[in-house]
Amino acid sequence: MTVLKVDNIVVDFATRRGNARVLDHVNLEVNEGEILGIVGESGCGKSMTALSIMGLVPSPPGNLTSGSIYLEGRDLVGLSKDEMREIRGNEIGMIFQEPMSSLNPVFTVGEQIAESVRLHENASQRAAWERAVEMLRAVGIPEAEVRAKSYPHQLSGGMRQRVMIAIALACNPRVLIADEPTTALDTTVQAQIFDLLEELQKSRGTAIVLITHDMGAVAQLADRVAVMYAGRIVETGTVEQVLTMPRHPYTEGLIACVPHLQPDPPEKREPLLEIPGVVPSLTELGDGCAFAPRCNRALATCTGRQPVLKTEGNGHATACWAVEAELENV
Amino acid sequence: MTVLDTKDESLPRAEHPAAEAWRVFRSRPAALFGLLLLSIIVIVSLFGPVLYAVDPFEIVWAPLTPPFETETAILGTDNLGRDMLAGLIVGGRATLLVGVTAALITIIIGILVGALAGYYLGWVDDVLMRITEFFQVLPPLLFAMVLVTLFSPSLPVVAMSIGIVSWPATARLARAEFMRIRGLEYVSAGRSIGARDGRLIWRVILPNALAPLIVSATLTIGVAILFEAGLSFLGLSDPNTMSWGLMIGSGRQYVLDAWWVVTLPGAMIFLTVLGVSLIGDGLNDAFNPKLRER
Repeated sequence: MTVLKVDNIVVDFATRRGNARVLDHVNLEVNEGEILGIVGESGCGKSMTALSIMGLVPSPPGNLTSGSIYLEGRDLVGLSKDEMREIRGNEIGMIFQEPMSSLNPVFTVGEQIAESVRLHENASQRAAWERAVEMLRAVGIPEAEVRAKSYPHQLSGGMRQRVMIAIALACNPRVLIADEPTTALDTTVQAQIFDLLEELQKSRGTAIVLITHDMGAVAQLADRVAVMYAGRIVETGTVEQVLTMPRHPYTEGLIACVPHLQPDPPEKREPLLEIPGVVPSLTELGDGCAFAPRCNRALATCTGRQPVLKTEGNGHATACWAVEAELENV
Repeated sequence: MTVLDTKDESLPRAEHPAAEAWRVFRSRPAALFGLLLLSIIVIVSLFGPVLYAVDPFEIVWAPLTPPFETETAILGTDNLGRDMLAGLIVGGRATLLVGVTAALITIIIGILVGALAGYYLGWVDDVLMRITEFFQVLPPLLFAMVLVTLFSPSLPVVAMSIGIVSWPATARLARAEFMRIRGLEYVSAGRSIGARDGRLIWRVILPNALAPLIVSATLTIGVAILFEAGLSFLGLSDPNTMSWGLMIGSGRQYVLDAWWVVTLPGAMIFLTVLGVSLIGDGLNDAFNPKLRER
């Protein structure tokens, strides 16, 4: 069952150099108990997608120009400020990139989890506190009763991210948005947080939108993946489809960029590939495919018209003229 | 159960930020001296009149008697023959009361205006900041004098006037802090769990913005005391309430013949403001992590 459906949303930002289309007709679907990965470079619109779902696009200068976001069939776009606030934290939870700065330094972590509960449920102070301790235990923090009375600065980065997850999940939301949850953490802790997310997703059935630029994380955790470039989704499909048979040249490039363990001696190793060029400025996008200037397979059509997502029979969709031409010729 | 953090962390004693600040404050001799000084002045003002029950308005000896000449008025008498010591003891009450009240008014208006402007930005900020600037460009002493003359020269009016002329600086400070903090991730995180604006302003941002505001409020007490003295000196204070400023004001003609009538209350004001400032500096160190390690 589809829990969250992002339907053709367009987000514009008014900048000094003109209008920047930050999200251009983005479509996403997340099913119950599923992990959807969104990958792409910095500035491609990953985080903006998350903020749009949360109804937190900074406005001004941002503006959700068109499209709908359905949470279990209910359109969130038209909701009032108060209705949206009810949904935030209660039905959609979010965890942020920087666990070091996303906790309020002057309150104990227990108080912060309890606050999340009390904002949405008519719980007594005591009941909320007990829930906080219970949540800390659920996210794998030892001595939860003691830790609940700690201030954020007394915890390590990994612990703080666990606390953030506890806050986001305290009201048992339907969807959890994890915006690069492990970027600021070291590798061992990253793996622990991923394990935790996976475990919570299994035990609670929470659908997770995992925003990351870590292809490894997507391969490990996600069921399906969407690749974004310059505010558009350029390829989407199951993890197997996208990672083992990437269609879009950009996806190919992203995967080629990931170093892997090679047992070969140094002289036999292949050089790490990179995608030439830089991400175009969103105010200067032309009519064609935004990736065309950096693409090694660009055709004449590519600079003239924007490709749209074409779905193959197995659900694997790609927005690329070159791929489309290739598939037609087969 | 998932794997626990591999880093071995011994549980540190949970220390509230305020407790930590007090620990730093305690380690500053100057700050402790200021606290001691102010405590003595406050205690004497509160309980002194009980122990030394002389009416400061009563004529007790010959006018302008120097200190240590008679046991009746050990610190001498003023131009009307009133006991200086009694005046100094009682006068502290009005001075401190006006100082603290004015500082409270300053901080309340300042935080209210600064918080709303710095949180909402946009037109709210524009309107509130233009109002703030309007108050800021008025010459403070002149404006306060106008207010006191317009209403009555009583303690509440004096305190209110001082508060009204000094809130803009606090408002700007609060606004700057709110603008800085509203962009931090824990505010976004607060929003993402569905907190209202009011909650974000008062429960999330304000506690984090409080440190510099407390320092500024403390220093404002000192400024307000000086201001009250200035107004009294100009004869714009309640003539029926003894205050240090009033003593200076009524003794100013005799300063060449009788140094004590002006110097003694002046010294009291100086010591009080010194105490308040030292406390303010100590708080500044205590709240500012960058200064802490020195």
